[in-house]
Amino acid sequence: MKRVAITGAGVICALGRNAEEVRTALKAGKGGIAPLQCMDGLQLRFRNGAEIPGYREEEFFSRSQSQLMDPFAQYGLIAAREAVKAAGLEIESPRRGRAAVITGSAMGGQATQDLGFEQLYKRNGSIHPLSIARTMANAAASHIAMEFGVTGPAFTISTACSSATHAIGLAAWMVRSGAADVAITGGSEAPFSPGCLKAWEAMRVVSADTCRPFSRDRSGMILGEGAAMFVLEAEEIARARGARIQAVIAGLGMSSDAHHITHPSVDGPARAMQTALEDAGLAPEQIGHINAHGTGTQVNDPAEAAAIRRVFGEHTDHIAVSGTKSMHGHALGAAGALEMFATMVALQDGVIPPTINFTEADPQCALDVVTNAARRQETEFALSNSFAFGGLNAVLALQKGNG
Amino acid sequence: MPDEKDLAARVMAVIADTKGIDSEAISPHMALTDLNVDSLDALNIGFALEEKFHISIPDDQLRNLKTVDDAIEGVRKLLAQSAEAAESA
Repeated sequence: MKRVAITGAGVICALGRNAEEVRTALKAGKGGIAPLQCMDGLQLRFRNGAEIPGYREEEFFSRSQSQLMDPFAQYGLIAAREAVKAAGLEIESPRRGRAAVITGSAMGGQATQDLGFEQLYKRNGSIHPLSIARTMANAAASHIAMEFGVTGPAFTISTACSSATHAIGLAAWMVRSGAADVAITGGSEAPFSPGCLKAWEAMRVVSADTCRPFSRDRSGMILGEGAAMFVLEAEEIARARGARIQAVIAGLGMSSDAHHITHPSVDGPARAMQTALEDAGLAPEQIGHINAHGTGTQVNDPAEAAAIRRVFGEHTDHIAVSGTKSMHGHALGAAGALEMFATMVALQDGVIPPTINFTEADPQCALDVVTNAARRQETEFALSNSFAFGGLNAVLALQKGNG
Repeated sequence: MPDEKDLAARVMAVIADTKGIDSEAISPHMALTDLNVDSLDALNIGFALEEKFHISIPDDQLRNLKTVDDAIEGVRKLLAQSAEAAESA
């Protein structure tokens, strides 16, 4: 079976507008959580979020382009452009049908939908004719396919907070099986619209303070926005063209809790991690680092800690665990992509991004958490965990590349 | 403000309606877990109480809801607070 190389990455999120900015911020333990600028007098129980600072669509798109795209699709296309450029990839016409685009989004074009419904219900007005085209969850995939002339399989996966991880994992499987030669894949999300914020408030899982994964005083998640996209290629093809292999996607594990629509289980996440190890042909002892789902809610983090211990036993104490949502926020359908980027940085640079805002260890989360400052550690294999509302779990196993 | 007995009955009716059970089956001393109320049900009940009584329940108060009586007492206090606020306004 073919090995799957990551040859390009692009990122935009609260920590920066390109991969290098985000890489530097992740290693520096920089916080991207700040008072929301988008609230506009909205009454909320929380006030912080991880917004892309000073985002202006006109810096990236012409007016005719941007009017076709909700922010979530814009972020996806911005990240894809950077990833394709970094991969040094030209998708020439004979290969276009052999290229795939698979994206993740939990919520699609929330800002567009919100604005349209406000017009309708509050002003008895009309809804903009581009609302459907901007709102549909596959819009980012479609714009990426159009920009790069990808005519092979293209689709979007929506599994809440696991969307991007499912998308990347399936793209990796398609490249591995030979169903596609190259794939552009990742996730994007833009949840900062009034209706979406109020809906998250009503779930009472957003912290009034900040995101502190695995810390005893954790008080909830913090919403984030952005995108990360990657170019995946069969390793032999990437090597043949002299491409830099940033990391290898060694395996994917998926499972369903079949338990509760919002409450996490230990069993489902444990089976997803176990399956990822099996898919990658790895022994538990080979894993040196886990980028945790680590939302910072009271119930997620102990369940995840128990799941890790169930899979890794005593080796758990030798795994450096990070919850990078403390820096880039919980970007929902983009979360798994941002976190796979952080995992890749850990392998590439021998520096594990930290869990910031951590104040005190919690005996219910007995893990070797990398707290507050990055840790120098050479790692060959790592996992990136995503566990969604609805009990849908996806885990990627990554191996260090050659540059 | 409604009298105590009436308030208790109204709160229990909201719980019964949200959870889809007979209000006769609920009494103030019962633990919410006895009624199979999980975290999501608690959110639903909290929301229904907010709508019914025009109150806003703080996150930590909802999280610490353990018994039917906690819900009745919580609503009673929040109603008293808003009545006080209305008087001083």
